Amino acid sequence: MRTLSLTRVWMILLAITAATYWIGEAGLTGHGSMGPVLAMFSLAFAKGLLVCLDFLELRHAPALWRWLVAGWLALVLALIVLAYWIGLP
Amino acid sequence: MHDPLSSTFPPAGRAARPVSGAAGGAGTRAHFQDAAPRLRGDLGVWLVILLELLTFAILFVSFAFARTREVALFNTSQATLNLNAGALNTVLLISGSWCVASAVAAVRRDASAVGARWLLGALVCGGGFMVVKLGEYAQKLASGVDLSTNTFYMFYLLLTGFHFLHVVVGMLALGYLWVKTRRGRYGSHDCHALETGAAFWHMVDLLWIVLFPLVYVMR
Repeated sequence: MRTLSLTRVWMILLAITAATYWIGEAGLTGHGSMGPVLAMFSLAFAKGLLVCLDFLELRHAPALWRWLVAGWLALVLALIVLAYWIGLP
Repeated sequence: MHDPLSSTFPPAGRAARPVSGAAGGAGTRAHFQDAAPRLRGDLGVWLVILLELLTFAILFVSFAFARTREVALFNTSQATLNLNAGALNTVLLISGSWCVASAVAAVRRDASAVGARWLLGALVCGGGFMVVKLGEYAQKLASGVDLSTNTFYMFYLLLTGFHFLHVVVGMLALGYLWVKTRRGRYGSHDCHALETGAAFWHMVDLLWIVLFPLVYVMR
């Protein structure tokens, strides 16, 4: 059971990676709009959260650790998006 | 034999916390050890992981804000990076993480041989990552890029180089754990060292999950 759910997590992570690759390959970012970049980093957040909860097993850890790592991820990605917004023409 | 990865702080037994003092039998203790929230892996290594996350956070955010001053330069320099190689490396790290998580799950149900095979899979993924990354570096060096070329390449080389070092350390830990797991050192009775190595490896994966869209895709 456990292995199956780990495999499912892996497949979701691969699908999100494919979406991120497509955003880059199709050149969706870089046209002066926030949309694609927001979408891309939201996907990165989902991906990072899955790694935290299911691979690092923070789902079963004391809440403080879960919040520390998920909070790190959210803060870093939010600051990156903010910087991108500041850099827009 | 002393196992450097298995030093426990706090001692593993302290994770068991029966809800009431009334039923303190061994069976109850084991039950609560599974059910109670518990950080998988060594606390010391987890503190190192927090420190690494903080260090990389500073690097990631510095990259993002440095970019606001030279957007055009960052975009043209980024266009020379190999998106395919970056994406392939993402797949390799994610797959390596999946292998390690599956190895831990296998060892917990005392299937050491299966766990060792999963760890070998993770080593293959990590090795693949290193080959692809070294290929990228060789390409960049051949085209005359170094730390002083421009701000983008300085960040690119620092960020990915520092991350690469973590992959190397992770590979050493995985190699050690693979040998030990093959010998049946870990199992449902003790998989603390394996969980510790796994946590470090997943951190390496987590960092790349931020690094890839930031450095390779965002423009």
